[in-house]
Amino acid sequence: MSLSEPPVNADGEWEIDERALEAIALGAGVLGTGGGGSPYLGWLRVRRQLRLGRRVAVVRLDDLDPDALVIPTSGIGAPTVGIEKIERGTECLSAVEAIEDLLGRAAAAVMTDEIGGANALEPMLVACHKGIPVVDADGMGRAFPEVQMTSFFIYGLEPYPTALCDEKGNKVLFPRADSAEWLERAARAVTIQMGCHAGMAGPPMSANRAQEVAIPGTVRRAWRLGRAVLEARSGRTDPIAALLDAGPGVALFVGKIVDVDRRTTEGFAKGSVALEGLDSSAGDRCVIEFQNENLVCRVNDEVRATVPDLICVIESETGTPVSTEELRYGSRVTVVCLGAPAELKTDEALDVVGPRAFGLEADYRPL
Amino acid sequence: MTQARIGIDVGGTNTDAVVMRAGEVAACAKVPTTADVTSGIVAALEEVLRLVDGPVAAVMIGTTQFTNAVVERSGLEPVAVVRLGAPATESLPPLVDWPESLARSILSEAWILPGGHEFDGRELTPLSEPDLRRAARAIRSAGSRSVAVSAVFSPIDPSSELRAAAILSEELPGADISLSHLVGGRLGLLERENATVLNAALLRLGRETIERFERSATEAGIDAPLYLTQNDGTLMSAGYAARHPVTTFASGPANSIRGAAYLSGIQDGFVVDVGGTTTDVGALVHGFPRQAALGVEVGGVRTNFRMPDLYSIGLGGGSVVDFDPPRVGPRSVGYRITEEALSFGGKTLTATDVAVALGRARVGDVWPAVQVERGDLESALRTIDLTLEAAVDRMRTRAGAAPVVAVGGGSFLVPDDLPGAAEVIRPPHASVANAVGAAIAQVSGEVDRIVSLDGVTREQAMQRCRQEAVARAEQAGAAAGSAAIVDQEEVPLAYLPSNAIRVRMKAVGDVPL
Repeated sequence: MSLSEPPVNADGEWEIDERALEAIALGAGVLGTGGGGSPYLGWLRVRRQLRLGRRVAVVRLDDLDPDALVIPTSGIGAPTVGIEKIERGTECLSAVEAIEDLLGRAAAAVMTDEIGGANALEPMLVACHKGIPVVDADGMGRAFPEVQMTSFFIYGLEPYPTALCDEKGNKVLFPRADSAEWLERAARAVTIQMGCHAGMAGPPMSANRAQEVAIPGTVRRAWRLGRAVLEARSGRTDPIAALLDAGPGVALFVGKIVDVDRRTTEGFAKGSVALEGLDSSAGDRCVIEFQNENLVCRVNDEVRATVPDLICVIESETGTPVSTEELRYGSRVTVVCLGAPAELKTDEALDVVGPRAFGLEADYRPL
Repeated sequence: MTQARIGIDVGGTNTDAVVMRAGEVAACAKVPTTADVTSGIVAALEEVLRLVDGPVAAVMIGTTQFTNAVVERSGLEPVAVVRLGAPATESLPPLVDWPESLARSILSEAWILPGGHEFDGRELTPLSEPDLRRAARAIRSAGSRSVAVSAVFSPIDPSSELRAAAILSEELPGADISLSHLVGGRLGLLERENATVLNAALLRLGRETIERFERSATEAGIDAPLYLTQNDGTLMSAGYAARHPVTTFASGPANSIRGAAYLSGIQDGFVVDVGGTTTDVGALVHGFPRQAALGVEVGGVRTNFRMPDLYSIGLGGGSVVDFDPPRVGPRSVGYRITEEALSFGGKTLTATDVAVALGRARVGDVWPAVQVERGDLESALRTIDLTLEAAVDRMRTRAGAAPVVAVGGGSFLVPDDLPGAAEVIRPPHASVANAVGAAIAQVSGEVDRIVSLDGVTREQAMQRCRQEAVARAEQAGAAAGSAAIVDQEEVPLAYLPSNAIRVRMKAVGDVPL
């Protein structure tokens, strides 16, 4: 059995090689809980940079100087657009530079807002180009649909300044936003004009402040999940068991997708998926409601898990995470629930990312 | 006499041919599949023509030739790739995720130039004529004759690709130009571009192969149009196929499922196709194969082609039976069954021998197999039944029994009382269902695009997509007025409060007779 901690050098830097990158990309797909966009293209982009000789290092927040400038950065837009209008590769980099120019200070490290899905890889591309590390932390510990749903804002970080940049080099700065909701509204509107995909950076924070508002250890969590599945595949053992062990997590249901119901409301891919039980779940029925991400899982009409806990639909045979856009009749899947980070389960967090924030008539019940 | 349609389909072991007349199988033939594929097809055509006379209306061929060429990396020509969309997409150059040796043997050079569109149809960056002419001159001096052109969002607006093709043609007279919106036409730039590059690499082989088919047909006295089958079980005219050889990928399983539906009259249910070494289970939805969620990977290259959703198991008529530990397959005697199986005078106990000894099949000699311990035979048969039951159950999407159509050379292995099957149907000519599927196939056209609902109603937008799918079916050879929509799917775009949906639509029409 391999180590549960990645190798680090004397400076606490964990150098990402192709193997670790593949694991992080797969684990990020699991942490997407059905949303967040596929990490596939981001994985290819960073792998290409590694093959060109560039390097990516991941550091813990504790390894940074308390005053070090950390700039979060992520892509914003529609994943369906991202597979067609593929990134130039400089969108997030330019957005980070816009914040640096505004502050007159260089970033010491970058960080993702969202470890779940495609955004897990975006800061790595910036790190390749700038030669600075990626922080092992993020603002969601999973994927969420909107900017205000990060721990940064839940725990009081001012929602400014931020920057958006598209592939053409257009930059839009938001020097001030009255609230994170206003930032979300304005950034979304600009993104649509930019062709539905842009790089976003900010608000900047010190490593010290990040300790208070970010969720630590989430890059390692993605890596552990992904590596467990990759090792199970190569050792021909059960990838679901490996995933549950690495999570740690609970298998809520084993079954087959028998119905997918989608509807569109204000740009959200809302809907539900029904599963019929197999093996240990034979005779049972499971329904998952989703709104980009999976929100609530009911087995035989009884609520078994809700947001912010991570409800992940995983292909039973391969351990591959299945996004809500990929749900298809007949797929054999296991519904895995991973506990949300503690930072998402406080009262102030549940106001923003709990079941009621998504319009569900249910209270959060810890797993 | 009514006119005949000839269907030919290439399998791993045999190439099958049928003549269909007035909707019935008038004759069928099986010849061994040849290493070059095409001479087997020609032999099957000659063989089946010996059995019938009268006029032939059309010949439909399902070939694995082009898939083999990619997998074996033979007969491919070098390709120059021009992608339109710069500076977008520069992070991932063409052929980025290909197996290195294949990329090296195909790619002569790649350009990422301005052009393309946004999701809502706005111009992404203006096409640059001087850049295109410069690229064309470089392509000419490198000696490439085949060019693949892809543009961002070309399925929504193909004008960038069309304009670029016109400019490239001026600078490269006689060059072949493959355009991504005509190859698959689905969203997903890398996968669509990959398919387009493979298409460009296969063009010369495609032309030569189609010419050979046409010459063989003419020599056999056939004066009728030729069609090739594609991945969804529908047809394209030979002329279209010569320009789009890549769309023949994965056509075999679709032909089998379509043939089974036709022969049995079943529109919804399951098809169990038992061959010599493997069994494929597919699902029938409204007479067409249910499509898999992911695109087909050919020779390690991701493409945007869909193939039927299949579950394959290592069980067939030639599967070797072991008792220690008890097991049937995946080892198989394959095409050597007529020499190695007990019932054919050989020394190996196969699944066929078990079926023969216990009365499920009547082939060869029953005596050698009944000498085997009866308890052992029965436990082997139970293993076969449980394996088939589990395979069908895997493909099931709703509770309740559904009809199962058993086809293929080893279909006698499927028990009449298969659990979960409302009934097991064994249509006549089940062993050539694949060739029947080719013979009865129709012509299709597909649309996949993001539709913005700003300023148009949903119904207007859907109507526009429908008209375009029908127009594409007619371009591919469907008789005018015969095409209708058989499949439509609407997926809202995640993460954007703009009113946009992704629409996929397929129209199917008849071959003109």
